[in-house]
Amino acid sequence: MKRFALADRPVDTRALRESLADPGCGGYAAFEGWVRDHNEGRRVRRLEYEAYPDLALAEGTRVVAEAMERFSVNARCVHRTGDLAVGDLAVWVGVSGAHRDEAFQACRYIIDEIKRRVPIWKKEHYTDGTAEWVNCVACAAHS
Amino acid sequence: MRIEIEYFAILREQAGQAGESLELDAATPVEVYRLLAERHGFAPGHDRLRVAVNDAFADWHTPLADGDRLVFIPPVAGG
Repeated sequence: MKRFALADRPVDTRALRESLADPGCGGYAAFEGWVRDHNEGRRVRRLEYEAYPDLALAEGTRVVAEAMERFSVNARCVHRTGDLAVGDLAVWVGVSGAHRDEAFQACRYIIDEIKRRVPIWKKEHYTDGTAEWVNCVACAAHS
Repeated sequence: MRIEIEYFAILREQAGQAGESLELDAATPVEVYRLLAERHGFAPGHDRLRVAVNDAFADWHTPLADGDRLVFIPPVAGG
């Protein structure tokens, strides 16, 4: 079972949840990141996610392994790539553990570290026809 | 020596290609980045980015070897 995966099509969250079922677990926490219709005052029409696949898989797998070790839980994460519409699921994190505290904390750890460390980029396409790579305003300054 | 560079996201768009290879004398990632930033008009200094050599995060000043694969990593925005 892959701890971290990239998916270029919709994610079957039910199968993922079932893969974390365990009679020794009393708590399950999941986080879903969805495509929002606005960002920093601009109306978003759709998103594009692009990954650096080899390193994203390695770093994403490290993040989930760290959470499992640190919080003694079972966990998985899947991140979408490609074109997404408003309302689509962009990222899914699931954690099962003996107790709820560890499950919540591990879930939070995974999504925060994924956003900070894993080489995946988001391009927002706005309703006014413009588009921009998020977090990279300075990168585009001379383009 | 020959270095392979692969581009993603905004740098892929600004370079107008998914990758290229360069024939160089001894070099480090920061030297290669400065050369390519000049050529393609990449705006940010290397300190705004991270770099990967052969699919692992690397130091900007690590010496490169023949056949190394280099990826410059703009600020990420997953999730």
